[in-house]
Amino acid sequence: MMNRAAGRLISLIREPERISGLSLGDWDELIPPARRAGVLARLALAADRAGGLDAVPEQPRQHLRSALIAAEKQRRDIEFELDRLAETLKGTIGRIVLLKGAAYLAAGLPAAEGRIFGDIDILVPKETLPRVEAVLDISGWRFGEMAEYDRSYYRRWMHQIPPLVHGTRGSLLDVHHTIVARTRRLQLDAAELFRAAVDIPGRPGFAVLAPADMVLHSAAHLLNEAEFDRGLRDLDDLHRLLCHFGRDPGFFPSLLERAAKLDLRRPLYYALRYTTRYLGTPVPPEICNAAELAPPNRVLRAVMDALFEQALLPRYPSGHSTLRELAGLFLYMRAHYLLMPMHILVPHLLRKAYMRRAEQQQQAGVV
Amino acid sequence: MPRSTFYLRTGPFAIHLETREERLREGVPLLYDDGRLIDRPEFCDFHVTVERPVLRRWFRPKTAFHFEGAALFTPSPPEHALPLFEWGLNWAIGMTVNQYLVVHAASLAWGDRALVIPGPPGAGKSTLCAGLASRGWRLLSDELTLLRLDGGGLVALARPVSLKNESIEIIRRFAPEAVFSRPAERTLKGTVALMKPPAESVKRIAEPALPAWVVVPRFTAGAAARLSPRPKAEAFLELAANAINYHVLGAAAFSALGELVDRSLCFDFAYGDLGEAVAGLTALAESASLPQSQGGTAARAT
Repeated sequence: MMNRAAGRLISLIREPERISGLSLGDWDELIPPARRAGVLARLALAADRAGGLDAVPEQPRQHLRSALIAAEKQRRDIEFELDRLAETLKGTIGRIVLLKGAAYLAAGLPAAEGRIFGDIDILVPKETLPRVEAVLDISGWRFGEMAEYDRSYYRRWMHQIPPLVHGTRGSLLDVHHTIVARTRRLQLDAAELFRAAVDIPGRPGFAVLAPADMVLHSAAHLLNEAEFDRGLRDLDDLHRLLCHFGRDPGFFPSLLERAAKLDLRRPLYYALRYTTRYLGTPVPPEICNAAELAPPNRVLRAVMDALFEQALLPRYPSGHSTLRELAGLFLYMRAHYLLMPMHILVPHLLRKAYMRRAEQQQQAGVV
Repeated sequence: MPRSTFYLRTGPFAIHLETREERLREGVPLLYDDGRLIDRPEFCDFHVTVERPVLRRWFRPKTAFHFEGAALFTPSPPEHALPLFEWGLNWAIGMTVNQYLVVHAASLAWGDRALVIPGPPGAGKSTLCAGLASRGWRLLSDELTLLRLDGGGLVALARPVSLKNESIEIIRRFAPEAVFSRPAERTLKGTVALMKPPAESVKRIAEPALPAWVVVPRFTAGAAARLSPRPKAEAFLELAANAINYHVLGAAAFSALGELVDRSLCFDFAYGDLGEAVAGLTALAESASLPQSQGGTAARAT
């Protein structure tokens, strides 16, 4: 079922040392899905380690170099924004808990290597939101353009406030008050996350989630997000986090414990299943199949497996696959279903479809 | 409609295009069949498709540009397929290429010296570019000027020149021998036709070209052609504002553009008549090829 290019890309992420000696034709096949999944710069770093970038034929080497330059630029930008943010929020909140990419970068984790960053994600206690928003507003952060309906949707249901854009720098900032949407039927105690968060040595004012929580957040993100283009990158993030933290013998037991406490057992189950399956992540088998993870029944699991594979793997050569589109749509529906009960979900999706249509008609009018 | 596969070479890049769109199936051979339609190469820099999303195939059909499987832009009427392909390709190059500084500007060469024409839409950049290209200047690029980060040379793409609205008729009259695609009407930029690059530009595509002039054009109906010196710092800012990956390359972009401006004479150029404008710029180029004429005499072409 898996297409050849995607299969090869995954096997190279799994065993980066095999990257040396790829032919021009191999690169021709690998670069499109890698770029699309946001792992081209990681591939470039792997190639550099495996035999040196200079050993890669000229044409693909230019693409790898270009991706490295772009990744370096994003790293520079994030570092700069982190400095600004520390300055801005000093005195407003005790410490800023960084999430996702910015957290990996600030904490110097291997998951930051060659990673594509879109925005900075921070987590602040919910009760500080009004103050935080006011201070950010004074410092030039504005809500991006958004329909009123979407805005109120964020406020009512989401785990974050609407995305912020810096008025002059154009940077993006997501302010979260918890890590999963509040409509998810099972609730999570955000105070737990703050209690366990750890300071980052050398970066006063910043903290990151405790290792287990960081993995759980990444796992929840992998399957409960509606966007799958970066699925392989997200899977690789998880793989890198698990490899890194897993060297501590106490880590996996604590992961199970936190998953139960934060009620994120199912996302963790799938995250472990797919990282080990596709990337060979060294997770002890007794952890993967722990009864504490409350595995899904076989039918449900088979459906998820098929959907995940379809949605995860970048398609090539035509890039366009109806099957992949459908799987993406299904996971989009699933993500929403997890978020909301049906009587909220159905009107929401109808409304979104109507808004999209109106937008398209408006655009068509312009053309 | 049958599906066509094209492999094109344009400057340093190889492109793989899949499409069923009739406008591309006729337009691509028309514009690129000068030795640049190639057999399948081992490696393509850009894999693109122009095809109709499932739901837009029958009722009010629309076609979409896909780069590496992801759709860019909102779908367009199938009649716009050719400009859509050219714009999409520009986008793909602009977003992924960092081995060069990519400047949104036209560039042409006279011998081994090059003229760079940045300018906002409507300033007459493409018209001027097409005019010069049909009077002995070698077309390097209409939309995207590629500047090497080492050595400061320009890299030619010699892709078709995209002409809009009245410019199409102006160039048809100015260069009756020029080859044009069928015009696409009512696009975002009005009516668009693509002009095939002159054969000579394509043949000499690999010849080196070092920037020697930066000219910021401004079309003003009825105005006499007039070059006025532009301070180098301002020329730098104009180019930087038009450099797509300036912020990505950072310091490397800063020094490459600094070098470009240092070695170039920089002008603002008001013009109202294409013939006069082309003659003026050609005189500038010829006067510069005489020894010792790098200075003030070249500054006034009319």
